[in-house]
Amino acid sequence: MVAFVLIGIGLVVFTGSIESMGRYGIKFLFTSDWNPVTDQYGAFTAIYGTLVTSITSITIALPLGVGTALFITEKILPKLVRETIGIMVELLAAIPSVVLGLWAMFIMEPFIRPFLSGLNNNFGWIPFFSSRPGGPGIAPAILILVVMILPIITSIARDSLNQVPSRLREAAYGVGATRWNAIFNVILPAAISGITGGVLLALGRAMGETMAVTMIIGNSNNFNFSLLSPGNTISSMLASQFGEADGSQVSSLMYAAFILMIITLIVNIIAQWMVLKLKLKY
Amino acid sequence: MNNKDNTIVSLENVTISYKSQPAVKNVYLDIPKSKVTALIGPSGCGKSTVLRAINRMNDLIEGCTLKGRVLFDGIDLYDKDIDPVEVRRRIGMVFQQPNPFPKSIYENIAFGARINGYSGDMDELVELSLRQAAVWDECKDKLNDSGVSLSGGQQQRLCIARTIAIQPEIILMDEPCSALDPISTLKIEETIHELKKDFTIVIVTHNMQQALRVSDMTAFYNAEQEEGTSGGKVGYLVEFNKTEEIFNSPCQKATQDYVSGRFG
Repeated sequence: MVAFVLIGIGLVVFTGSIESMGRYGIKFLFTSDWNPVTDQYGAFTAIYGTLVTSITSITIALPLGVGTALFITEKILPKLVRETIGIMVELLAAIPSVVLGLWAMFIMEPFIRPFLSGLNNNFGWIPFFSSRPGGPGIAPAILILVVMILPIITSIARDSLNQVPSRLREAAYGVGATRWNAIFNVILPAAISGITGGVLLALGRAMGETMAVTMIIGNSNNFNFSLLSPGNTISSMLASQFGEADGSQVSSLMYAAFILMIITLIVNIIAQWMVLKLKLKY
Repeated sequence: MNNKDNTIVSLENVTISYKSQPAVKNVYLDIPKSKVTALIGPSGCGKSTVLRAINRMNDLIEGCTLKGRVLFDGIDLYDKDIDPVEVRRRIGMVFQQPNPFPKSIYENIAFGARINGYSGDMDELVELSLRQAAVWDECKDKLNDSGVSLSGGQQQRLCIARTIAIQPEIILMDEPCSALDPISTLKIEETIHELKKDFTIVIVTHNMQQALRVSDMTAFYNAEQEEGTSGGKVGYLVEFNKTEEIFNSPCQKATQDYVSGRFG
């Protein structure tokens, strides 16, 4: 059943995108004109947006999530605090993404705008910060993705850390390891396989996340390296344009969707492979 | 009972509780230097708890508290200023389940030594420790293999080697042979005989024959139902003396019953 649905969806997306594939071929991936009026389509802006938002948000969320999980599992904080944090992480995961999108639009983005302006003023020579922030953009989208994937990383990291047998912890403390010695040399290496799996799962989520990102990213198809300017991701482009698209635009959107599927598929395969590769026997 | 000068660790009126439930109470025990001291007794009498109190391993268990004093060379190990990490460096431990790190055999030994600031020749230390733990011959050709690839008995001797490598003054062993077959057990016991030349050893064992074979001193613990409670038993020290005294002419009837196999 699952296989049937999966193959069905793959086939529909693929056949839908054949026209666009024939017209643009591989060039579709590297051109950034997206113009329904002249019927010129290139998905580079959206692909760039997808990759940059997901990878940056993972980079930010990984240390935060694993750190939180360590605080929860390694008895660093009093029990009450740990349990409260644990519950809050789970609640965070339960917030619908449209609510997070709304929050991002009306509260978070105005709040961080001065900080983003500061980045532009001081580091404007770096391409990533080279435009003036104004309203929606890639940077707020990255931050909202961090909020959304943080619970995934935290809870998977927490489960992996909890599965490290206590005799390994005892072994580490028994040879006179300090808490940080034990964590970095013994406990994290033993849990790394599970944590990696969680991170790649979160990466898949970040790439596919639609609602909140569509609301905050600005949905602009003009390519700009800067994270402070509006951009697009494949999924937000699909969400915002499918309603009014026709003809070869539909086909091009299908093509973009097909690319997204391929990217997430690759991420998942890498995830499986890394989980196996990093698994320590104990 | 024994000369104070020879005592390396001294427990004074130690009561250890989990949450508010005492697990073992009012223990006085003087562990002599360079001897093997065995702690025996039926399950749940708190002998492992007492052992783990000596290197503050109980600190890792939430809700575990200790009253009384544990003196090591005259210093109270539970003093506020004492760093439990330092305590565990000087008082090493071998656990019930062999628990090598999921690292190479070499790293298993080198890890502890390195974090303890060992700066000498690491290869030499690894070889020496493995030799002392009588596992060198089995390991010398595969130092880069994972420690987990060894058999159970070899793993346990690797764990002993790892403990030796940090050069502690005392080695605590918590039923080191309970997960092993008789031949491995015998090898560990031979190792213990060798080690007592250099280290003070405290061993918890379920096996009375083992206590008889390896130890110089034996402490017998028993457990009794706490007065006025419905719940758990609380352990206490019954008798502590030379091993042959405990097994041949114990002072207490409970000891007599236990060593002759009438209960436990």
